[in-house]
Amino acid sequence: MPTIAVDKAALFEELGKEYTTQEFDELCFEFGIELDEDTSTQDRPVVNGKQEAPQLKIEIPANRYDMLCFEGISLMLKIFQGQTESPNYRLVAPPDGKVQTITVKEETSRIRPYISGAILRNINLTQARYESFIALQDKLHQNLARQRTLCAIGTHDLDTLQGPFTYEALPPTDINFVPLNQTKSMNGEELIQFYEKDKSLGRYLHIIRDSPVYPVIYDSQRTVCSLPPVINGNHSKISASTRNVFIEITALDKTKVEIVNNILVAMFSRYTDEPFTVEPVKIVSPHNSQTRQVPDLTPRATQAELQYINECCGLELSPTDICKMLTRMSYHATPSKTDPNLIDVDVPPTRADVLHQADIMEDVAIAYGFNELPRSFPSKSGTVAQPLALNKLSDIVRLEAAMAGWTEVLPLILCSHDENFGWLNRKDDGTTAVRLANPKTAEYQVIRTSLLPGLLKTIRENKKHSIPIKIFEVSDVAFKAPDLERKSRNERHFAAAWYGKTSGFEIVHGLLDRIMLMLKTAFRTQEEGLQDQAMEYWIEEDADNPTFFEGHAAKIHVKIADKESVVGVFGILHPTVLEKFELKYPISALEVNVEVFL
Amino acid sequence: MATDLTAEVLSALATAEAPIFSQDAFPSHPPEVIKATLDRLGSREMVEYEKLDTEEVHLTPEGEGIAENGSHEARVFEAVRSALEGLKIKDLPTIVGAEAAKVGQGTAFKLKWIEKDKDVLKAAKDSITDTVRDQLQTIRSTKSYADTKVIVELRKRKLISLHKVSTYKISRGPKYSNQFVKEETDLTADMLASGAWKTVKLKPYNFKAKGAPTPSGALHPLNKVRHEFRQIFFEMGFEEMPTNRYVETGFWNFDALFVPQQHPARDLQDTFYISDPPRADPPREDPPSSSSTDTTLPSTSNPTDSKTPSRSLDYRKYWDDVRAVHQDGKYGSIGYRYPWSEDESLKLVLRTHTTAISTWMLHKLAQDPRPARYFSIDRVFRNETVDQTHLAEFHQVEGVIADFGLTLGGLIGFMEVFFKKMGIVNLRFKPAYNPYTEPSLEIFSWHEGLKKWVEIGNSGMFRPEMLLPMGLLEDLRVYGWGLSLERPTMIKYGVNNIRALLGHKVDLNFIESNPAVRLEKA
Repeated sequence: MPTIAVDKAALFEELGKEYTTQEFDELCFEFGIELDEDTSTQDRPVVNGKQEAPQLKIEIPANRYDMLCFEGISLMLKIFQGQTESPNYRLVAPPDGKVQTITVKEETSRIRPYISGAILRNINLTQARYESFIALQDKLHQNLARQRTLCAIGTHDLDTLQGPFTYEALPPTDINFVPLNQTKSMNGEELIQFYEKDKSLGRYLHIIRDSPVYPVIYDSQRTVCSLPPVINGNHSKISASTRNVFIEITALDKTKVEIVNNILVAMFSRYTDEPFTVEPVKIVSPHNSQTRQVPDLTPRATQAELQYINECCGLELSPTDICKMLTRMSYHATPSKTDPNLIDVDVPPTRADVLHQADIMEDVAIAYGFNELPRSFPSKSGTVAQPLALNKLSDIVRLEAAMAGWTEVLPLILCSHDENFGWLNRKDDGTTAVRLANPKTAEYQVIRTSLLPGLLKTIRENKKHSIPIKIFEVSDVAFKAPDLERKSRNERHFAAAWYGKTSGFEIVHGLLDRIMLMLKTAFRTQEEGLQDQAMEYWIEEDADNPTFFEGHAAKIHVKIADKESVVGVFGILHPTVLEKFELKYPISALEVNVEVFL
Repeated sequence: MATDLTAEVLSALATAEAPIFSQDAFPSHPPEVIKATLDRLGSREMVEYEKLDTEEVHLTPEGEGIAENGSHEARVFEAVRSALEGLKIKDLPTIVGAEAAKVGQGTAFKLKWIEKDKDVLKAAKDSITDTVRDQLQTIRSTKSYADTKVIVELRKRKLISLHKVSTYKISRGPKYSNQFVKEETDLTADMLASGAWKTVKLKPYNFKAKGAPTPSGALHPLNKVRHEFRQIFFEMGFEEMPTNRYVETGFWNFDALFVPQQHPARDLQDTFYISDPPRADPPREDPPSSSSTDTTLPSTSNPTDSKTPSRSLDYRKYWDDVRAVHQDGKYGSIGYRYPWSEDESLKLVLRTHTTAISTWMLHKLAQDPRPARYFSIDRVFRNETVDQTHLAEFHQVEGVIADFGLTLGGLIGFMEVFFKKMGIVNLRFKPAYNPYTEPSLEIFSWHEGLKKWVEIGNSGMFRPEMLLPMGLLEDLRVYGWGLSLERPTMIKYGVNNIRALLGHKVDLNFIESNPAVRLEKA
């Protein structure tokens, strides 16, 4: 969630009230934003000999792009409190009637196909407003625009430029200009090199670096306005005294480019001589049928059902009540003239988050007050509680192991490839372990296929504990499964390890016997077979298992309803395994697939 | 030695009419031996005793000398008196010693015991009383002196020193006997067999000591808390979901939940992607696995439902409808309006939430849409940078209620009951944003310790864009809520570092010594 810092005094002046921190916190809570910090009582930094004014740091939910700046927060809170209504944004043609155009060249399809734009004419910026304007662009770049990959904004002093504009895509060496706040002209290639080490701009270079053509916007005099998504030209730089602002936004996504444009102009058109007016720009882009006039600030007309809203909220509001509440949430709403169950709702151009009447319904609930809603308990329908059979089985094993004196541990499911294979003297034939593509550390390379690495690491970290250490885990491992939709499957295992001065082989064997007894599985010795047992198990030497000490490993066989399978293994761990896990006493370990007992 | 003293104490008491004092009766035994003997007899109620702390006055070596030979001034006087013609000053040290001559001469002058006649000393009195010597001799025999002024004066002169001593006032106890009977340490089978238990004397039990540590297994504290949560869900009629599936597809983990493909949660920074196997299949029915635990309950609320044959699931249509609702809008939603990528949807991921499973369950519910309550508590994965409060793995507690006519007030009412069952009351609800729920409510509870509202969970009603492509009915609304298992456990046990709770670095002693979880006893 983005956090926006606003000037406390200025915000309270806008809202016409001096709130206490607690009062303002409650207002935020009710609306669904969060007061993170009030810096009034803190040691604030001193800039140019002046201490920073007290700020409110407010967390904005990720869908409210219209509240990413001071102007948006104050406007929405004022509307919410009924102090004003949602502004009526208007497009106004330039005095000479000639709308500026941006002509899009087809080559831009190769790198960044969409552009939108607008002009804020006769704007009255101040230093604070200018800073807010820049900060909003930054927030939009970070959030909605996904670090400038999806959209990139350029803002210019229109009085330094001369339309019409063109949006082109050219080889980097063909583009020459002085980047913002620089003095030296450079071409595209040099520019990439120049900003390679730059902390703030360096991270955007990858978006275009390897493309044969770079996107660029020119005015009619071939002045470079910007090289999106990296940097604007220095020539058209705006300042607090700029009167006419030309905005261009390039994008990969044609929905988001308009959202960004609408937010920018809606927030800052309040500072034009005639507030809330915007001068449109014509985009000429026939090759991809994107020729149009932008921005489109017409509210989106939609409808919401009275019954739906009341049913979801558990209320019985009249259409007029609902309309009043929607007005407080920045809509324009009126009861439908044709259908008593419908409400005509105009969604303002700033509310791109409203997709469905569910969003409108939520806004009614917010305006009503979540904490004021009549509370009920959903108890109409009876349902039957039921545990997952596999978890019930696991719990039996867990409880029996604990009752037998063993301690349950919960190591991690992800581990390194070595821990899962090499350190256990196991070979990876590529058919078992699921591999991660983007782990941040080598500790998380694969999903474990065995519970043993986790047990051994737990013992390694607990060497100070008195011996013997007796630990177990009942949990899932995962394997590749090419025939399944997700190409992998989990398997529930039970594993235990003994760590002491002697090997503990019989002790681990005894634990196995105990668990098997509790699962009603009878032991069959080689000599005397038990008759009429639905489930039986026996062990056979596992002669060829390098994880274990030679001659001291056993396969666990289970026969259930005449179906025989090997479900696990136990034995004394091989000393080379102990060495890898930095363990100095012998370990006997056991691992069984418990799913066969379901 | 202790045994000797035991007998000594008992026999001393045999004849004594009044309480005896250890200091007088057993002066040669060190105090710790006396103490041990009296404890032994006292615990058996054979004696009663009281400890008395007193102060003793001891003579310093110099004090001893004076008590023996007289004070310096007295010795000077004696020397002078016995020299009939007077004593030359220079001869004094050779008779009484240098120290006594120096100190004693001055004091004897002050007391006007002697006079000086040129270089000769003469006695001024016939006889004197050596008070200091008398005082020191009294102290030597009684180890005390009644006049405290004298004590102060003598102490100043470093002739005496004060010592704290303990003495015991001992008398017969209710079970006094002049014989100490040998005791057995424990009741044995032999005693029962022989009947010796009737006469045997057992060593008394030390009720102040801890018992012998019992060898014990232990369950992991997180699983103990998990058990409590499961119980709460069972009490409220919930069915456990099959979450035994760590690997999910972009489709089930995100797309089906109406999380757009450019959503930050899908960043490499946040989600673990799988490199091998490389790619999933589009959603389809999997062959029943050996571990299939699906035991669908009969419809319990609406018996007429069971008459209608359950619909078969059309996965292809589901896939197409999910695409449509993202890309073009459908079901009354304008959608996100971006080109939806199949590739992105078929990427394999480690599930970032168990809501992927809830989604799968709700899609299955569309076969026979009916009221249902599901829950799960299982591991989820986030590609987080590990720190005190973040691990790449943690447990998510998740609940889902599907029913007709659900209201937002019902969700709030349900949460109040649900959290009350774990001892959390005084909730408030904040509007929030979540791509797959609308409305979304963050649940806050007042924390008495921190004196502030803390977020304890997230909840909401699933969006129509998520439910309707599944084929669920429009009036079947679905609540969903979730919280982590680790957070309440950390608060409950006062654990500050999540690595002390989950993973291989957890201290086994912590697991073994953790008390039972009783969430309702907040």
